[in-house]
Amino acid sequence: MKKLITLAAGTATLLGTLMAGNAMAATTLDAVKQKGHLQCGVTSGLPGFSQPDDKGHWTGIDVDTCRAVAAAIFGDAEKVQFTPLTAKERFTALQSGEIDVLSRNTTWTLTRDASLGLNFTGTNYYDGQGFLIKKDIGVTDAKELNGATVCIQAGTTTELNLADYFRANNMEFKPIVFDTSEQTVQGFASGRCDVLTSDRSQLAALRSKLADPSSAVILPNTISKEPLGPVVRQGDDQWFNIVKWVLFAQINAEELGVTSENVDDMKKSDNPNIQRLLGTDGDMGAKLGLPADFGYKIIKEVGNYGEMYNRNVGPGTPLDLERGLNALWTEGGIMYAPPMR
Amino acid sequence: MNDTNPPLQPSRSKPWNDPRVRAIFFQVVALAVIAWSGWTLIENTLANMESRGISTGFGFLDQSAGFGIIMSLIPYDATYSYGRTFFVGLLNTLLVSAMGIVAATILGFIVGVARLSSNWLIAKLSLAYIEVIRNIPILLQIFFWYFAVLRSLPTPRQSVDVGGVFFLNNRGLYLPDPIAQPGFGWVEAALVIAIVAVVVIKRWAKKRQQATGQIFPTVKVGIGILIGLPLLAYLVTGGPLQWDVPALKGFNFGGGITLIPELAALWVALTLFTAAFIAEIVRSGILAVSKGQTEAARALGLHNGLTLRLVVIPQAMRVIIPPLTSQYLNLFKNSSLATAIGYPDLVSVFMGTTLNQTGQAVEVVAMTMAVYLTVSLLISFFMNLYNRAAALKER
Ligand SMILES: N[C@@H](CCC(=O)N[C@@H](CS)C(=O)NCC(=O)O)C(=O)O
Repeated sequence: MKKLITLAAGTATLLGTLMAGNAMAATTLDAVKQKGHLQCGVTSGLPGFSQPDDKGHWTGIDVDTCRAVAAAIFGDAEKVQFTPLTAKERFTALQSGEIDVLSRNTTWTLTRDASLGLNFTGTNYYDGQGFLIKKDIGVTDAKELNGATVCIQAGTTTELNLADYFRANNMEFKPIVFDTSEQTVQGFASGRCDVLTSDRSQLAALRSKLADPSSAVILPNTISKEPLGPVVRQGDDQWFNIVKWVLFAQINAEELGVTSENVDDMKKSDNPNIQRLLGTDGDMGAKLGLPADFGYKIIKEVGNYGEMYNRNVGPGTPLDLERGLNALWTEGGIMYAPPMR
Repeated sequence: MNDTNPPLQPSRSKPWNDPRVRAIFFQVVALAVIAWSGWTLIENTLANMESRGISTGFGFLDQSAGFGIIMSLIPYDATYSYGRTFFVGLLNTLLVSAMGIVAATILGFIVGVARLSSNWLIAKLSLAYIEVIRNIPILLQIFFWYFAVLRSLPTPRQSVDVGGVFFLNNRGLYLPDPIAQPGFGWVEAALVIAIVAVVVIKRWAKKRQQATGQIFPTVKVGIGILIGLPLLAYLVTGGPLQWDVPALKGFNFGGGITLIPELAALWVALTLFTAAFIAEIVRSGILAVSKGQTEAARALGLHNGLTLRLVVIPQAMRVIIPPLTSQYLNLFKNSSLATAIGYPDLVSVFMGTTLNQTGQAVEVVAMTMAVYLTVSLLISFFMNLYNRAAALKER
């Protein structure tokens, strides 16, 4: 009943906004400034991406993506409030205006981009779907999973990829669909399923939650492309541009070697690219409706993309993920941002 | 002359002075306002959705769904349409609700009567059950049963095996599936004949008892006929049934019928929870029947069981039915908690996966709510019919 109510309430709010006449509100940027903070939709708890600690302070790469937007607007990365959302609730929350940005481990797909009235602003993590399986089953490749029972989370691309993969390989499976990743892991741990499937970045973290992590292994197969990134409502191009270019600024900063530590020195740099990024030259900020030094504030408060990555999911963190695809294009990855000029 | 002020002359009274005409007029106006508002809201919603780039319409129902569902009462796989997922979910919701309503009613009546038992232990046990169950949120109970059940069951390879035909493991209870062979129609026909026969015998027995006072053992004979006749047909036609026995294949058992743990846990939780409320309703219903009735029945020489069955319960029903209806409605609505443990009910399948794959929140939620509303109204409707049948008839 509770789920029915939350989802129905979300839809009711959405319906409320939709039924109201066309009193088009001011721009999202104005509304955010007026509120004094950014409202950002995140997961209900996913290590490395968005997770609250015991004091209610949120950390993660998706969280930092929102903090960077707040830093750009307010010059203060703390002016964000977070709304935890399940996979099912997320899009309704954005459509209804409950949140300003959705930064919740969300895969960019055509259907989501084109039919939900939403826009993806970029990719802050390139992921792919994988499998976690009980070791004693003895399977070493996903192609051997015919007939398996699979635990998945509702409302995700994971659900669809799974069906596609099994169909394409002429295999059968039984899906057990849970609402949160917590329940999904419990279902797997209690033996209800042979396999758990989710974005690969999560498998290691989910595995570490098991009573005996060594009882499960991650299969080598990656069965899908999961470009994860922030999402905004369609129809406010200024806001779309802001969220898009905040992430680009972080990626460009890494490419230019600007970090939160050296950013004050870099202000004196005579590299025109760095000058435009930090606002010591040009009017990049004004074009977006942001303060001239928005780039400086982002890097100073949150750091460049690489710093954000290493702090939350990189080697040495509990997720311990190599950069891989997420390395800069100059270093063998595909992280690439258009020039700021 | 008096014609300046003719008393109550119909030809002269204006229609707006007629209270009946006025009432109709205002109702028409009210209706028009409501219809207009509704229309404007729908128009506005559609226009706004369009301007925000949100897809609208029910065209998605024909598209292929592309996802699997663990349990379906009708044929289904990923190639079926989104529209089909609606019916798969709906039937699963109705199944668990119907199972829950039947079981909760039986258990609730037993506990309710036991609560009034003169046996101290039985009465206190029933009281403890009611108080514990009623005061723990249903969602917690569902989780409890689900994980308690799952964790205590063995893995498929260590299944509990009963005679090589029944298997129990943490994927569910596997039963052999009877598959009708040609000739099975005779057995079905025999069952229909048996049912008709029992109804006729019951009528006849009642009449005879009213006329002569002789009691006919209707129940025993009825059961005999219901089992005996189809069995006879089955044997005569040479046993036209084949059993599809489940067997371990790869990861799990295949073939046979599976009762999945999600269904079992949800059923148990809904039954136990609702039965506690029904028990209290039954108790209050029985207490509402005046003591004189029991005493009179005793004076006529009826023993305890008959007093309860023939005198007390029928009168208590008049008090019990209305609150019982709302318990049935609660159970039906609580069944949507299924999504928490992955039982594929309407909310989990249609308002969960289908909504997310298509993004058509307004349409999907509207359809889901329409179902809950319709089924709830149907439950109320039939319970009201039953209530009317049970109500005191003034003769
Ligand atoms: N990237 C996929 C999956 C997103 C997703 O929901 N991921 C899970 C873990 S793989 C999650 O965030 N769970 C946390 C929660 O339920 O709050 C999508 O966009 O559909």
